[in-house]
Amino acid sequence: MISPTHDAPEILDPGAHPSGVIAIEASRLEKSFGNAAVLRGLDMTVRDGEVVAIFGANGVGKSTLLRVLATLTRPDHGNISIYGSDLPKQAEVARLSIGAVLHSPMLYGDLTVKENLTFFGKMFRVPGLTERVDEMAARMGLARRLNQRVRELSHGFQKRAALARALMHRPRILLLDEAETGLDEPARLILDGVIAEHHGAGHAVVMTTHSIERGIAGSDRVFVLSGGGVALDRPSSQVTSSDVTDLYGDPSLIGPGGT
Amino acid sequence: MTALPKIRLIWLGVTAALMALTLWMIFLWVPTEINQGNIQRSLYFHVPVAWIAMVAIVLVAVASVAYLKTRDEKWDRLAVAGAETGVIFAALMLITGMVWAKPVWGVWWTGEPKLTTTLILFFIYVAYLMFRAYFPPGEQRRRLAAIIGLMGAIDTPIIYYGAQLWERAHPSAVVGSDSSIDGPIGLTWMVATLTFSVLFVYVASERYRLRKQEDEVMALRRAISLQPSRTPSSSMDNAEPISSAPAGGA
Amino acid sequence: MLASLGTVWTLARKDLLLELRSRDIVLAIVVFALLVITIFTFAIELTPSRSRDVGPGVLWAAVAFAGVLGLNRSFAMEAEGSTLDGLMLTPVSRELIFFGKVLGNFIFVIIAEIVIFPVFEALFNISVLQIETIVIALLASIGFSAVGTAFAAVSVRVRSREIMLPLLFLPTSVPLIMAAVESTSVVVNGGSWADFSDWLQLAIMFDVIFVIASAVLFQYVLEE
Repeated sequence: MISPTHDAPEILDPGAHPSGVIAIEASRLEKSFGNAAVLRGLDMTVRDGEVVAIFGANGVGKSTLLRVLATLTRPDHGNISIYGSDLPKQAEVARLSIGAVLHSPMLYGDLTVKENLTFFGKMFRVPGLTERVDEMAARMGLARRLNQRVRELSHGFQKRAALARALMHRPRILLLDEAETGLDEPARLILDGVIAEHHGAGHAVVMTTHSIERGIAGSDRVFVLSGGGVALDRPSSQVTSSDVTDLYGDPSLIGPGGT
Repeated sequence: MTALPKIRLIWLGVTAALMALTLWMIFLWVPTEINQGNIQRSLYFHVPVAWIAMVAIVLVAVASVAYLKTRDEKWDRLAVAGAETGVIFAALMLITGMVWAKPVWGVWWTGEPKLTTTLILFFIYVAYLMFRAYFPPGEQRRRLAAIIGLMGAIDTPIIYYGAQLWERAHPSAVVGSDSSIDGPIGLTWMVATLTFSVLFVYVASERYRLRKQEDEVMALRRAISLQPSRTPSSSMDNAEPISSAPAGGA
Repeated sequence: MLASLGTVWTLARKDLLLELRSRDIVLAIVVFALLVITIFTFAIELTPSRSRDVGPGVLWAAVAFAGVLGLNRSFAMEAEGSTLDGLMLTPVSRELIFFGKVLGNFIFVIIAEIVIFPVFEALFNISVLQIETIVIALLASIGFSAVGTAFAAVSVRVRSREIMLPLLFLPTSVPLIMAAVESTSVVVNGGSWADFSDWLQLAIMFDVIFVIASAVLFQYVLEE
């Protein structure tokens, strides 16, 4: 599937950023919704060239954390910097380095794939836009669906289009929130390929997944969230799936609303 | 916290004493106005209350700007206190205005600029408070409410200017009845205005205190919310804004 | 500067393209406004002088109430597909996103008015298709779009946003509605520019103040 020694990709510029540079630095993040505290003083650091898998029981705050890292949700307290740009002050710079695929595809249903990609490409001022759209469509296997409306696409193809949207501007950080959910085998292979390419180019990937085995196998590092913070932070090679499930097995650590 | 009750008690005492004095002046001391008769006495309530309704929106605006700049919850509490007091005073202004206008002008309602402005302001206060009632508590509600309060405050002078133009375009048939404002009448105005201002400060600060206590209770609930047996799972669903992310992976 | 204008246009063009496909917004405004106007022709027995008296009020009340419906759609649509998140992920400044939405909504309101005005003229038998009323309509539409876009963004996350938006939008727009009604009244009663210059001034003042205020406050609306 995903191996760290995967060939250098042709799309992403390899070696532009030496591995080891801090991509994401988050400290003491706190976020609550109404009465429910979701993040409670969470710290994490992600470096360039790392694929990080985030696990945790339902309702523990994985999606909230990814939205916070994507600059969509502001934490109540705490600091985040993306390649040294502090949020929220320098969010506009930080957003250039972030590509995100979250639960919803974030595409206009009544626009075609091509119109969507062109629109978001323009928002990011992507150079050589027409070629870039074709290139991304080819990469995601969407070439024959470019002129179909997103609404008419199957879930799998919508996800591919969302991935294309997220990568249009060549982000250095890729955030994936359960991106593999509901994907068929060809689409899953494309996703794995994208992650491997990103990794090979020395960039950072932060993903959540409900498939623990796959997540551990496809990552360099594993975080397990629990109690509003990081309960486990270890290289993937030293983690077994029971280490992960042990941490969400304890009902006293599961937040309200968890199942 | 321990020093506060004393100040509150003193302020309450001052408010009560001033109110007693004002009522005495309005109903017993000040001579009946010649042209309008006894009904003119309602203006001693009407005018100060109108003044407070306007001051309250300024308070909402200042507190809202301060909130957006500092994100300190105390400014949000102050803005709510201002809006809640403001809506009451605006309603009182409209009622006393109508009670006075019917016998003097022969109509319940006219397009008099201050009345019109207060009526629209009343609707703005209501919208502000309804928004807060509809929206789940949290940072987002405080921030959006501050924006609404600020837009309403910016609008108020424009509404007043528009209402003045409107009155000029539609001169009402009613005869203006300006009464003199010197001597005992003027003094009663001044005392009544002072009294209602003091009352406003008292009511607004009591509302502020209550808000603060509510927030403290909320903070306590939040502190224990990660203990599953204490908080029913539905409380978090209710508390989250509809379009925001689910709190965790599906 | 030019690049910023390009971004604003890209945003508005996207909304126009979506509207061309779905026709949700303009159609809702037109049909609702015409319904209001039609009901008034039954509710009031229209003599020529009475038409001139109440007509301008009916016209602008219809446009304001119908406009609020359409403005609601323009943000509801972004929220439903989570494309609002997609926009927030872009490095485009929030002011430009605001102006893009305002421009789109402004064009929708204008297109709706192009249909509403002639029908109103036919039903009420008073001439509103004049250069003076067109200027008034443009000024009113700018203010409606700016305030409406800001409040639509504020109320988009409220559960009962269909109720909330008119409650916020209508009281705030009172000065603009007054200005539009009064100046249209002057025009249909044969007055000239000088006779309603005060009202024009009020409308311009409202537009300038609220375009600036909404643009500044919009960034606070969208952060989550």
